[in-house]
Amino acid sequence: MRSQIEGSRAVAEAVARCRPEVVSAYPISPQTHIVEALSNMVRTGELAPCEYLLVESEFAAMSAAIGASATGARAYTATASQGLLYMAEAVYNASGLGLPIVMTVANRAIGAPINIWNDHSDTMSQRDCGWIQLYAESNQEAVDLHLQAFKLAEALSVPVMVCMDGFVLTHAVEEVDVPSQEEVDAFLPPFEPRQVLDPDDPVTIGAMVGPEAFAEVKYLMHAKQMHALDLIPEIAAEFSQAFGRSSGGLVQAYRSSDADTIVVALGSVLGTVEEVVDEVREQGVKIGALGIKCFRPYPVDEIRAALGHARRVVVLEKAFAVGIGGIVSQNVRLALAGLPVEVFDVVAGLGGRAITTRSLHGLVGDVLEGRLEPGRPTFLDLDWELVGRELERMSRGRRSGPHAENILRDVGAVAAQPH
Amino acid sequence: MPLQPIKFYQAGSFAVGNRLLDPEERTVQARTERSNTLTSGHRACQGCGEALGARYTLDAAMRATGGRLIAANATGCLEVFSTPYPESSWQLPWIHSLFANAPSVATGIAAALRAKGKTDIRVVGQGGDGGTMDIGFAALSGMFERNDDVLYVCYDNEAYMNTGVQRSSATPPAARTATTGAVGPEPGNVFGQGKNAPLIAMAHEIPYVATATVAELRDLEYKIERAMEFHGARYVHVFVPCPLGWGSASRDTIRMARLAKETGLFPVFEAEHGEVVGVSKIRRRVPVEDYLRPQRRYAHLFRDPPRTDVIERIQAGADRNIRRFGLLEDEDAAEDGLMRVLAETDRGPQ
Repeated sequence: MRSQIEGSRAVAEAVARCRPEVVSAYPISPQTHIVEALSNMVRTGELAPCEYLLVESEFAAMSAAIGASATGARAYTATASQGLLYMAEAVYNASGLGLPIVMTVANRAIGAPINIWNDHSDTMSQRDCGWIQLYAESNQEAVDLHLQAFKLAEALSVPVMVCMDGFVLTHAVEEVDVPSQEEVDAFLPPFEPRQVLDPDDPVTIGAMVGPEAFAEVKYLMHAKQMHALDLIPEIAAEFSQAFGRSSGGLVQAYRSSDADTIVVALGSVLGTVEEVVDEVREQGVKIGALGIKCFRPYPVDEIRAALGHARRVVVLEKAFAVGIGGIVSQNVRLALAGLPVEVFDVVAGLGGRAITTRSLHGLVGDVLEGRLEPGRPTFLDLDWELVGRELERMSRGRRSGPHAENILRDVGAVAAQPH
Repeated sequence: MPLQPIKFYQAGSFAVGNRLLDPEERTVQARTERSNTLTSGHRACQGCGEALGARYTLDAAMRATGGRLIAANATGCLEVFSTPYPESSWQLPWIHSLFANAPSVATGIAAALRAKGKTDIRVVGQGGDGGTMDIGFAALSGMFERNDDVLYVCYDNEAYMNTGVQRSSATPPAARTATTGAVGPEPGNVFGQGKNAPLIAMAHEIPYVATATVAELRDLEYKIERAMEFHGARYVHVFVPCPLGWGSASRDTIRMARLAKETGLFPVFEAEHGEVVGVSKIRRRVPVEDYLRPQRRYAHLFRDPPRTDVIERIQAGADRNIRRFGLLEDEDAAEDGLMRVLAETDRGPQ
C-alpha cells in the first residue's frame, strides 16, 4: 500500500510481512524506530508467530539470531555503528556457520569522537565479514531490499545486511509502497533449511575445524558469494516482475553510457549525485553516475563494464580507511585494472555532514579542470583552517591527547577544566 | 533439597550400591537406557572432571526431557575435546557459536522453539567458568533477567584450562596459574577477588539455582532433574576438578571434588526463586590442608617454611562458608542461612 510513511516504519512493516519468527535487537540510534515498531507488532499479535527478544547487547542480539536460525527459524535483527562493532564477533560467526540471518544496518559513524549521524564507516568496517551487503538508495528501495534479502539469504544460506543511511532514510517520511502480505507470501517462500537443531535428527553444528578442512569451508563461503553475483540480478528481476518496479541488483547506471566522467556512490547520496549530473549535463559535459547497490559480493565485472569507457571516475564515499584513503575507490580501481581511467577518491559526508549539490558542483569542476590528483584521497568540504591550525600545533611539540579535545584547548574552550 | 535417603558404605563410587537399589532408585548412569549424550571417543584428559560432569548432567537432562533436548556450548575445553571435526561425541543436537555467547544462543534456540510451537523440546546452555563467569557473564545475566526457558550449566574448574591454565574470576586465592605464578612475595592468585556466580544467579531470583560436584553424582543428577521441572532460567554450577590445571593426580578427581565439599570450600546447595531451600551437609569435616596439599597449584604453600598464614586464610574462608551456608550437621544454621548469605561479603557483614 502506498502511503506517506517514515523509512523505519516502512522497513519494519516490510520485515514483518517477511514473517520473521525471531527478532532480537538492542536499541541504538538511528535503528530504534525499526525495532520499536516490530516490538509492538509482536505484542499486539499483528506479527505472529514471532518472538521478540529484548536482549542486553548487540552481541546477544546477533547470538540469539544465530541460535534461532540454527533451529530453523527465520531470524532478523537491526543495528548501527557501535552496535555493529560490538556484535562483530557474532557477525563473523553467523556467516561462518552459513546462517541466513537478515540484518538492517541504519548506517552511522563510528567513534571516537562519538557521533550519531550518518556515514558508512560501520558497514564498511564489516565489508569482509562474509555477509552480503546491499545498500539502499531510497526508503522504497530499503523496503524492497528486505524482501529480496530474505529470499537471497535463504537460497544461499548466507546472511545479508541491508544498509540504509541513518536518519537520512530511517527518519525521513516519504511516499513508500509497502507490499501486502499476500504479495510478500507469493514472492518469499517459507524458510526450509537443510539442517537444523532437531532432537529427531541430532547434528553437531560449529565443531572445531582444523587445518585439514578450514580453507575449504572458507572457500565455500567465497563460492557462495560468487554465486550471489548471479542470484542477486535474478532476484531483482523477479522482484521487478512481481512488483512492477526496479529495486536492488548489483549496480545501477545513470546517464553513464556515453559519459567521460562518472561519479560512483552508494546509498541515499545517489539522488543528489543524479541531480548534479543532470545540471552538469545541461552545460554539455558528458557526465553520469553509477550506484553500487551490492558491495559484497563485489561485482567487479559489472563495475568494469559500467566504468571502463570513462576517462575519469570520481568515487564519492562516506567512509575511508585511515592511513590509505578510500575504500570503495580501492575496489573500483581493482575493477579498472589495466584501463586508462583516472580514479579520484573523494571522502564526503562523514559523521552526517551534508553533501550538497553546491559542493558536488565544486567537486566536479575541480575534477574536470584538473585540480584534483587522482589516487590521493580528497576530503570534501574539509575545514582546512581548523585542521591546519591543529597540524601546525602538532608540528611544534608533543602530539599527545585526543584530537577533538585538543582543538578545543587550542581555541581556549576547554570547558571541562577548571581555570 | 529432599534428603538423600540412601547411604552407602563406600566413600566413593555409588556403582556397587546401585545394584542393591530398587531399579527406580538407580542413577541415570546405571540404567541401560542412558542416552550416552557425550559418548566415548572424545579427547578429554585422563581424569577430566568436566567430561564426567557434562556426561552426567546431559544424560540426566535427556532422561528428564525424554530425549527432547538441544545444547548450546561455549568455546572451551568441553567444546574442543568433544568436536574435533569431522568427529563429534554429541548424541544430541548441539551447537557451538562463540566463547561469550552460549546463553544468548540458547535464548535464540528457545525463542525459535516457542515460535514454532515445539514446546516439548528443552534447551541447555553450557560452558566452563571462564566462558560463564567472565567473558559470557553479560549474556548469562541477560538470559537470567529475561527468565528465558534455558538451563545453563557451568562446569567450574577454576581457571582457563583450554588456553593453558590462566586465572579466571573463579580461580581461588593462592592458586597458582600461568598468570598468577608462584612467584613474588605473595605467590598465586590474590585474596579478596573473584565472584560467586551461584549467589549472583540467585540475586536474579530465577526459578532454580544449584551447585553440585562430580563427587556426588547422584546429587548432580537429582539437581538436573529438579531443574528440568521448572520453566524459565535455571543455573547449575558444577565443581569439576582439572588434573592438568590443578596438578592433581588423574585418579584423584572425585577425591578432590569430595574434599572441596567436605572442607567447606565449595558449598553444595540449591535455591528456588532466590531462596536457599537445601544444603548438602558436610559428612566428615576435614581441614583445607587435606585438599590443598595434593594439588601442585598450591605447592608453594608447603615449601620450607610453609605458608601457614595463607593456609589459615584459606581455612578461614572455608569456615565462613560453613557458617554462611550451615554446612555442618550439628549446626543449627540452615534456617536463616540465606539472610546471612546475602548480608555478608568478603569484608564481613554490612
